Amino acid sequence: MSDIAERVKKIVVEHLGVEADKVTENASFIDDLGADSLDTVELVMAFEEEFGCEIPDDAAETILTVGDAIKFLEKNSS
Amino acid sequence: MRRVVITGLGLVSPLACGVEASWKKLTAGQSAARRIDQFDVSDLSCQIACQIPRGDGSDGTFNPDDWMEPKEQRKVDDFIIYAMAAATQALENAGWKPTDYEDQIRTGVMIGSGIGGLQGIEKASLLFNEKGPRRLSPFFIPGRLINLASGYISIHHGLKGPNHAVVTACSTGAHAIGDASRLVGLGDADVMLAGGTESPICRLALAGFAACKALSTHFNDDPTKASRPYDRDRDGFVMGEGSGVVVLEELEHAKARGATIYAEVIGYGLSGDAYHITAPAEDGDGAYRCMMAAVNRAGIEPVDIDYINAHGTSTPMGDEIELGAVERLFGNAAGKTAMSSTKSATGHLLGAAGAVEAIFSTLAIRDNIVPPTLNLDHPSIDTAIDLVPHNAQQRTVDTVLSNSFGFGGTNASLVLRRYDA
Repeated sequence: MSDIAERVKKIVVEHLGVEADKVTENASFIDDLGADSLDTVELVMAFEEEFGCEIPDDAAETILTVGDAIKFLEKNSS
Repeated sequence: MRRVVITGLGLVSPLACGVEASWKKLTAGQSAARRIDQFDVSDLSCQIACQIPRGDGSDGTFNPDDWMEPKEQRKVDDFIIYAMAAATQALENAGWKPTDYEDQIRTGVMIGSGIGGLQGIEKASLLFNEKGPRRLSPFFIPGRLINLASGYISIHHGLKGPNHAVVTACSTGAHAIGDASRLVGLGDADVMLAGGTESPICRLALAGFAACKALSTHFNDDPTKASRPYDRDRDGFVMGEGSGVVVLEELEHAKARGATIYAEVIGYGLSGDAYHITAPAEDGDGAYRCMMAAVNRAGIEPVDIDYINAHGTSTPMGDEIELGAVERLFGNAAGKTAMSSTKSATGHLLGAAGAVEAIFSTLAIRDNIVPPTLNLDHPSIDTAIDLVPHNAQQRTVDTVLSNSFGFGGTNASLVLRRYDA
């Protein structure tokens, strides 16, 4: 697993208070991990903070699963 | 109006987490004041407060994890966590857990706060200044709003009746209980969770209240002596934190389910001083009219009141003004009643104070015990009223008046009476 994937999963575990083994790449934040719309906004902010990048609102709307976040950050993080 | 009784109590106080643990320490004459050690106070004129004893949840300590999931705690200010703790205790104490729709829509919440999430506002504004708008959490607003205490409690416990919040500074808790009892009395709900909550102990609030000249500043090295209502050496209040919540219930509803009835809410009075933003009116007329309104609503005479839980914050002006108003209320009968300020032990819980003190008033009726006014070594004026210095007293307590007065000149009084079947 990539370093980026590890760091993404750690943030998801911390922010959503879920067990680490539930945070698979296919897991949807809202459908599988109990997040609501505000939680997903905060998650995106936490990714921006951790990876020192900006995630525009239209890109954020496409990040629905853990895997989506990892893919986006692998392409865009500094 | 329908009759309204108190059937559940919940409390997170600076003395302890829990009703009985707090009451035990209060009647034993213990003070909760100590130096603040959670943040730097070296440049503040007041360096003490009555802080909730945090711990693992045993021995009366407060463990937030017992009341709200850690991931939820991150989103809210402490005043919401305290309210959740007190409300959950009160519901358990009342044995009321509405699960079917009809019971849920007849159960409401009215928890107020004087200030709300000041700590979170302080932190967020610093972050905003440093990092700009994109770093502001989506939970910043909902985690600070005063009515979100009522909101979280309603969501967590499935309470679908009236959902409301009071904001009247230091009268909040008493107004919430009074207003909620009217909702029950008028039939808008059969059960209401009512009370107040506050988490003001941060640098911003200490500096702000000190700027108003409201806080004690001469007892930083002797914190337990600082809150001393009616004493000649008092120099301001000591800030406290916590939450008090009661379950108010329509009498027949309570009887039908065999609930324990602690007391009946028989009187509620309100008034405005129309005088000054922070100082009470010097003639005490607002306080007098407020108490009189509660007594009239209760259909009793002042002399029927066995105990008064005073507002008594330990400020130089306020204590004597309240005392004068009580003397005017009682006239020649002043020598027959007892009045104490439990803020001498708990500090001033601001928007939670009136609710916490209504709980202590209820327990005074239950146990026939009047809690003491600590540190009352040298009363600043003579009075025929027994101010219960230093030690609790065993005496017959059937009827209690509880006073709360707030910034802006807002006054609330409650009259509670032993329930006779």
